[in-house]
Amino acid sequence: MPSEPTLGGLLHSQGVSRRAFLKFCSTTASLMALPAGIAPAMAEALASARRPSVIWLSFQECTGCTEALTRSHAPTIENLLFNFVSLDYHHTLQAAAGDAAERALEEAMHANKGKYLVLVDGSIPLMEYCSTVAGHSNKESLEHVCADAAAVINIGTCSAYGGIPMAKPNPTNAVATGDIIKDKPIVNVPGCPPMPLAITGVIAQYLTMGKLPELDHLGRPVAFFGENIHDRCYRRPFYDRGEFAETFDDEGARKGWCLYKLGCKAPIAYNACAHVKWNNGVSFPIQSGHGCIGCSEPRFWDMGGVYDSVAKGNFGDGAKLGAAAIAGAAAGASAAYLARRKKTEIAEGAHGDE
Amino acid sequence: MSLLEFARGPAIHAALIIMVAGFALRLLGVLVLTRGADMSRPRDAFGNFKGYRTVFSRAWPAGEFTTTTRYQTVVAYVFHIALLLVIVGIVPHIEFIQSLTGLSWPAMPNFLGVALGTIALASLFALIFRRLAKPAIYNSTVGDYVAWVVVALPLLTGLMAFAHVGLRYETMLALHILSSALLFAYMPFSKLMHAFWFIFSRAQSGLAYAHKGVRI
Repeated sequence: MPSEPTLGGLLHSQGVSRRAFLKFCSTTASLMALPAGIAPAMAEALASARRPSVIWLSFQECTGCTEALTRSHAPTIENLLFNFVSLDYHHTLQAAAGDAAERALEEAMHANKGKYLVLVDGSIPLMEYCSTVAGHSNKESLEHVCADAAAVINIGTCSAYGGIPMAKPNPTNAVATGDIIKDKPIVNVPGCPPMPLAITGVIAQYLTMGKLPELDHLGRPVAFFGENIHDRCYRRPFYDRGEFAETFDDEGARKGWCLYKLGCKAPIAYNACAHVKWNNGVSFPIQSGHGCIGCSEPRFWDMGGVYDSVAKGNFGDGAKLGAAAIAGAAAGASAAYLARRKKTEIAEGAHGDE
Repeated sequence: MSLLEFARGPAIHAALIIMVAGFALRLLGVLVLTRGADMSRPRDAFGNFKGYRTVFSRAWPAGEFTTTTRYQTVVAYVFHIALLLVIVGIVPHIEFIQSLTGLSWPAMPNFLGVALGTIALASLFALIFRRLAKPAIYNSTVGDYVAWVVVALPLLTGLMAFAHVGLRYETMLALHILSSALLFAYMPFSKLMHAFWFIFSRAQSGLAYAHKGVRI
């Protein structure tokens, strides 16, 4: 079908060699903990795959997820693979606008009924007037588009768990996709932004094996979110030795010591940042000198200050503790005073009887 | 709200409020309730000084009891010293204390913290084994066993969290914080209040004995 070229053909036309393509398949297969022999089969399946229809819905988001994916490092096979899904609807990337864009959405849904993937970035406001597209609230759009979808992939923490828009005080009453869509398979690829390889890895596995990857208890692909960043961090030995940067410009920081005391959330964050890294494997936040903010975790923005370590309590100031001390002291002193007075009264009574 | 969010937020906050109020309540509730002055003339002119000296002199058993209490004394000392060093010596605890008080100090390396935590837990087991083996000596109450469990849990969960044994790290951390919260809330209303009482009770005993001229 000339109008629907295969992925392999398109990659070839873009100058991607088979060697590079196989390398991508091997990397993806190993990252997703698929059997070692799956890479050639994956390459075969991907090369002959028709472009799956993808509808990308953008709700309360900052477009950072799209930016991360498209501008991560160009040209990449992840990027090209992303380009060669049939991206039928995406506010930022599509050429069409207005009614034409909405018609493209309806046509893609109709033509690929039950087979298309819905990629969602951004949270959904339950105060529906807060965010609308083409006269429809985000909630209406989500329910309408997901009705005939094969699966939903949440791109970024906002759609996966509510993210920044849901952070206190959550002025739009934002929720995650999974709070609204209950009857479709959902994969969460959280992050602020998520790792491009995690996005393409999920799509690649879906195209290759016809099924979605194994997920953890938060709906994330275990292959990318199964490991604790702290455990994979190259600064971990400094943590074990008790060598910590105290500020961002002290000797410890210059020596690359652990950033735990500067608020690094790696001990409670699960993501592939520490071993896959960003920008073609160049670095990741901790390597660049800033602690992990735990962006792939639900409600990460409300889990204490960015620069407060995970050991600290997350309950504001100690005003109530001071009040408790005063109240306790007052109660204790009053009780003792009353007891003494009673004792005196009894003693005086006894003397009086004499 | 995840278990860790609950632990780091309302649970530890409530526990600290109960602990602070409880300490103030118990301390003032007892200390304001002073005994009336003893009108008799003290037998010993330096009675008060000797009384206060008891706070330190009773930190070790009297000579005639050395042999029979050796096991208890040594293990209890090991436990208390190791526990105290773990509480004030490792980075996460200092971070927590700093967030409450603004005070901080240099920490020990984590491996030392793990070693001391293990020693504290092992000595705690050594103490409970002896208590179970010699019921006639200890004459234990339910409160003794509850206090043991409440103290052992933070040690056990803390070590497990650090060693990544058992559940996921954030869950173990949450359990560690929750068990610590239980300890905080339970402390003022149990025998664990001896952390404060030992000073006053020893001093009171010493003063009373010294007043009567008892050799102490």
